[in-house]
Order: sequence, then structure tokens, then C-alpha cells
Amino acid sequence: MLVIIDYGVGNVRSVTNAFRHIGADIVVSCRTEDIEQASGLILPGVGASGYAMERVAPIAELICRQARTGKPFLGICLGYQILFEMSYELGEYQCLGLIGGSVIPIPPGRTIPHMGWNKVIPAAGMRLFAGMEQGKHFAFAHSFYARVEDPAASIATTEYEGLSLTAAVEKGNIFGVQFHPEKSGNDGLAVLRNFVGICQEAKQPC
Amino acid sequence: MLTKRIIPCLDVKDNRVVKGVNFVNLRDAGDPVELGSRYSAEGADELVFLDITATIRSRKTIVELVEKVAANVFIPFTVGGGISSADQIGLLLRSGADKCSINTAAVNNPDVLRESAERFGAQCVVLAIDARKDLTRNGKWVVCVKAGTERTDIDAVEWAVRAEKLGAGEILLTSMDADGTQAGYDIELTRAVAEAVHIPVIASGGAGTLDSLYDVLDKGKASAVLAASIFHYGTYTIDQTKQFLAGKGVPVRL
Repeated sequence: MLVIIDYGVGNVRSVTNAFRHIGADIVVSCRTEDIEQASGLILPGVGASGYAMERVAPIAELICRQARTGKPFLGICLGYQILFEMSYELGEYQCLGLIGGSVIPIPPGRTIPHMGWNKVIPAAGMRLFAGMEQGKHFAFAHSFYARVEDPAASIATTEYEGLSLTAAVEKGNIFGVQFHPEKSGNDGLAVLRNFVGICQEAKQPC
Repeated sequence: MLTKRIIPCLDVKDNRVVKGVNFVNLRDAGDPVELGSRYSAEGADELVFLDITATIRSRKTIVELVEKVAANVFIPFTVGGGISSADQIGLLLRSGADKCSINTAAVNNPDVLRESAERFGAQCVVLAIDARKDLTRNGKWVVCVKAGTERTDIDAVEWAVRAEKLGAGEILLTSMDADGTQAGYDIELTRAVAEAVHIPVIASGGAGTLDSLYDVLDKGKASAVLAASIFHYGTYTIDQTKQFLAGKGVPVRL
């Protein structure tokens, strides 16, 4: 069973629809026992980091503890941004700190938000993109982006009007995507299927 | 490189997709759940759902319909029509919408844009503008509200600029003069707005030939094109449209 952590921020329904569509055993919950029993966790979210951190605060410790057990963990969009150490979106907020780096505004001089479908180039071996052709398009909708400063993390990038943006990150069992796989057509569903596969593998004893 | 988006639009009335000319003479164009699912599978880049009756009397029905459409749509999904508060946006986002478009309510109370952007992020707040050329004002465009039935004195370009400052993350710009005519988008209007703001502009109203889509993306500087009739009635498929644009050098997702 996978659990979508519902902390009251954003598009839980869209993410649930997509996982159900690919046949995943998925539950939406914020209960400690569900989160502890899950074979994989998904942290969705749309909106602003400050608000999200406020909402996630009561379960932040539980999330971090679970993520450190080696359980596969996927952050999506805002849920991805709060995996980092700090966010500078409309203020300064300490985030979950599971991946080194911070979230900063997309520099002005270009159309913002970065809205629509852009080509993603993953680093070699990134498991979320396993079995996919290079350079598939995914749907983005964001005005801030993560500057990754974690030597243990692999990143996928996308190019936006002269700026190389981090599109996805992978560090051990921690995965994050700036784009919306639940809203990126068949290629997005393929990323979610890969995550489901990672969770199934992690569950099996070696 | 960010691609230009091709967006089919479902104008919904009494649970059916309809399409009119210049906002009147509506005719049936199909079932929203079926059409939404088809466009998502056929490679549309987004889907827009507009409740054109802005049904105050049956808000619950609309939410249920949005849920049904969203269940089979795996591309960004915008819902609009009669939305008047951030709370309603919250409800629609929970029902499966990714973005919400606000029109009349934003004109009456611009603060609703700011409040919605603060709560849900600018990326899900779309300002919809229905604009009409006003010959008494040197051919500038004025904003119309209430599904185009009521003209205001507000200049469309100025309103777009103000909405961006308030927190709108995108502008859905419909030319009422061109809507449903299939005679081409209002390129002048689209370009005037696109050049005045720093947020994406979706051109709407007047989609006809594939050249007309190309023109508004190229000369009109739109980030995306919205079309209804040409897709609903099968004049062009999404794929044909994208192949054509790609052939002209427009970046699209194939």
C-alpha cells in the first residue's frame, strides 16, 4: 500500500486519480499508522512553501523519520520543494532538509510562472525515468525552483529561457519532481509506474 | 525549451458541451467526460472546462461533473465559470481542477485574485478576460462580464497588467468579436496583452484554419491557444494541429 500524505495543501485528488489509473494500491491519509505501514509515501502539494510548511509541521518529524528508514518517498511540485533545507518563497522558511539545497525564485526577465510542457533530461541511471526515451516532456507550473547542493543527489534538468532548472532529484530512497507527473500524460504516468515499481522492490527482502 | 500549448475548451451547459458564435446560438458538441478523456489521450496539452451558465443554482452539479471529468484527464485541467471566491477555488481544486479561472468576480472584487494566489499559489489563478473592441475608444478593447452580456469601461490591457500585480498567474484572453466565427484570433488584442504582462497569455476566440493558430502564437505572442469548434466537430485533430505547427518551427510536444 502506498500512502499519499494529505496535509491539506493542494491537488490530492489529481495525484490519487493518476495512481488509481495505473492500478496502484493507494490510500490518502495523514494518520501516523497509515504512514508507518506504507510501502511508499507520496507528498503532493500546490501553493506557497510557507503555508505548506505550516500545514506539514505537525507531521514533519514523522515524515523525516519515515524517509530515513529507507522507504521510497516521492515529493511532487511543492511537496518536492519542501524536501530541501530552506525556501525563500515569500519569506524564509526552514523545510524538511532531506536533500541539501534551497528553493529560490526563477530570476525575472522571462515569463513567470514557468507554465506548460518542457523537455526533461535526467542524469544517467535515475530510476524514475527508467525505460523511457531521453527528452520527454512533462507539465510544469511553478515560479520558484530548487538549487540542489547535495553531492549525493542525481538531478534531471530542463531548460527555460536560458536557465537550467532542476526538474527532478533522486537521493537514495528520496525522489522529487518539480513537474506534475499526474498531469503529464502517458510519460507522467510512466514515472509514477516506475515509482510504484521502486516501492515494490524495496518491500521485498533481499 | 518550453513548448506552446494547444488547449481544447469545453463550454459546458446543462452537463453538455456546447459551442456558439459570438457567445450566442449554442449547439451541442458532446459529453464533457468523454471529450475530456479523449483530448487528454490524444495529446492535448491542457483542458479548459467553462461552466458558461455560471450556475449559481446548481454549483453542486458542476463540482460533481468536474470530478467526473478530472478522473480521466491526465493533463492540466482548468475550471471556470461563476467562480466568486477563494473558498470556491479551494473546493474545485480538491475536486480535481489544477487551475481555476475567474472573470466577473475579479472585476467586481479584484482582491479575490490576491487572496486566491496567496492561498493556492499564482500558478493556479487564471484571470479570464472577455474583451470586445470598442470603436468609440480608438478601437481599444473593453472588458465584458457576466458571460459577455455586460460591457464595462475597463480597458482590457490595463486590466491584465493590474491582475498580474494582484497575483494572477495566467491570462485566458477571449476576443468576443472573434469567438466562434472560425475567422482567426484577434492577433492585435493578444499581442497587446502579451507584451504588457510577464505571465503567460492563452489566446482564445476565433480558431479556424491551422494558420490562424500559428499566427496568434507567432505574431500574437501567445503562450498557448485555446480552441473549441475545430476540435469538437473534428475539423482537425490535436495531432494534425501539432504536426502542422511543428512544421512551421513552433516548439510543441508531439
